[in-house]
Amino acid sequence: MKNHNQVWGLHAQPSKKTNIILLLMPFVLLLAVYLTASHLRQQENQHDKLLPSATQIVDAVDRVAFTEDRRTGKFLLWSDTLSSLIRLVIGMAAAALVGLLLGLNMGVYPGFRSLSLSFITFFSMIPPLAILPIIFISFGVDEFAKIMLIFIGIFPMISRDIYLAVRKLPREQITKALTLGASSFAVTYRIILPQILPRLIDAIRLSLGAAWLFLIASEAIAAMDGLGYRIFLVRRYLAMDVIIPYVLWITLLGFLFDLILRTIINKRFTWYADNK
Amino acid sequence: MQTTNNGSANGSNFRFLHLEDVYKSYDRVILDDIDLSVSKGEFCTVVGPSGCGKSTLLRLILGVESPDSGTLHLRGNEIGYPSPSRGIVFQRYSLYPHLTVLENVMLGRTLPTSFFERRSKKKEFIEEAEYYLKRVRLEGQGDKYPHELSGGMQQRVAIAQSLLTSPDILLMDEPFGALDPDTREEMQLFLLELWDDQKMTVFFVTHDLEEAFFLGTRVLVLSQYYTDGRGDNHEKRGAKIVGDYPLEKAGIYSTKIKNNPDFIQLTEEIRSVGFDPKIRQHVNEFNLKHPDSFRTLTQEEAGS
Repeated sequence: MKNHNQVWGLHAQPSKKTNIILLLMPFVLLLAVYLTASHLRQQENQHDKLLPSATQIVDAVDRVAFTEDRRTGKFLLWSDTLSSLIRLVIGMAAAALVGLLLGLNMGVYPGFRSLSLSFITFFSMIPPLAILPIIFISFGVDEFAKIMLIFIGIFPMISRDIYLAVRKLPREQITKALTLGASSFAVTYRIILPQILPRLIDAIRLSLGAAWLFLIASEAIAAMDGLGYRIFLVRRYLAMDVIIPYVLWITLLGFLFDLILRTIINKRFTWYADNK
Repeated sequence: MQTTNNGSANGSNFRFLHLEDVYKSYDRVILDDIDLSVSKGEFCTVVGPSGCGKSTLLRLILGVESPDSGTLHLRGNEIGYPSPSRGIVFQRYSLYPHLTVLENVMLGRTLPTSFFERRSKKKEFIEEAEYYLKRVRLEGQGDKYPHELSGGMQQRVAIAQSLLTSPDILLMDEPFGALDPDTREEMQLFLLELWDDQKMTVFFVTHDLEEAFFLGTRVLVLSQYYTDGRGDNHEKRGAKIVGDYPLEKAGIYSTKIKNNPDFIQLTEEIRSVGFDPKIRQHVNEFNLKHPDSFRTLTQEEAGS
């Protein structure tokens, strides 16, 4: 039986070409809807700020990304990006490291599990944004508070995910390692840890969205630079021509991070990628 | 206490592997007064109906469970947590998916070694692991990951991994249970050759009678289907060793032995005494023919 259907139903077999067309379709559709709506509004009122036209957006990008700011002498988009990324990367790295160690040790050692599992589960239910004022009051309004917000928001999630992953490893693996002469330390850090690393990368991928949320929230409230700061600053002038490219830029950054992490898994952890 | 057969009840004459008065229960009694002595070099297979506690017995010897009462000794030392004196091959999960085949086999050397020593001895370890890979006929497969191998090959790697540390006894928990019949037979022959060659002591749990006879020099039948002095209330009692047979090993191993009439007759006997819930022997009628076999019964069990 020959199957010619490429799109509809359970048995569809999209060819490479069809696949690309289908993949691009929603993006093209969204762009078309926006440009049409923008065009209609511009016809009615040339000074409309809500849906800037493509040329207005290009002008704004040129202004923030490729022209020195008159007041600070910086290229705003790049300096904002750098500030935000430093916060995000430090906060994420700290959360990943602490989450990994907590989750790993909770998974392996019953005593440590009894001590910390309930507490971390409880702690993870605190909405980080609800304690944002506490964080700013206790850690000041500088970089540290922003990093802390990301850290506090992310590390319980990662701990719990790593804990579950460790518990899912067959118990036989630990027994086997002991019969091969491993100490408890070797079981934890040489048998279990390497098997959990790709799972940690997956956990980071999944929590990146939340990390961006915490970053932008903290920048919106108290900051002197950063992507979130800029968006909330120009909001006062209804500068949609700046906000839209900033949002697209943040989205693109997030997508790139995800792609990089996914590539690391596929290249460095073939055994994990193949078994998934 | 009343002692029968050749063994000892006072614990002074420890065999290679020696279990005495071992009880284990979870929500019900699983193992009910197990006495067992195994000599060095024996290929001891354990059969019994499903859920009779074969695996529990193995786990006690491995050290992942501890008995409610009774003693377990290996070479005169009390058995504790899992250690290199007892090697183990499980049905699954014996290999680590993140390590290559060679790295898996090397673990017995690399795991107990410190970081710096590992670097200087790396070449030596690799050579040794490659020798064992050759023994299990997997030369040149060292760079693959376990998931790239077939089930039979994976079990051969697991055996190599366990042999490298030269354990006093190799425990195997239905190691071939997940393999297809052809591979299974091939692995049985392979294991026998290896056993003959390495002079190993093997404790092999299986639910397959044919496999138990083909491989073992001694077959233990573990079953909860028996009666004793405690009367007919069967619910409260756990499994005992109800049969203990020495097996003649011919020099050449061939699967033809599986059609031998003696073999078929023995299969019938074990099926009725061990596997049939309706046929219940009294403890005093158990066929414990093996010279190492011994038993201590409580007065209540013996019914005297």
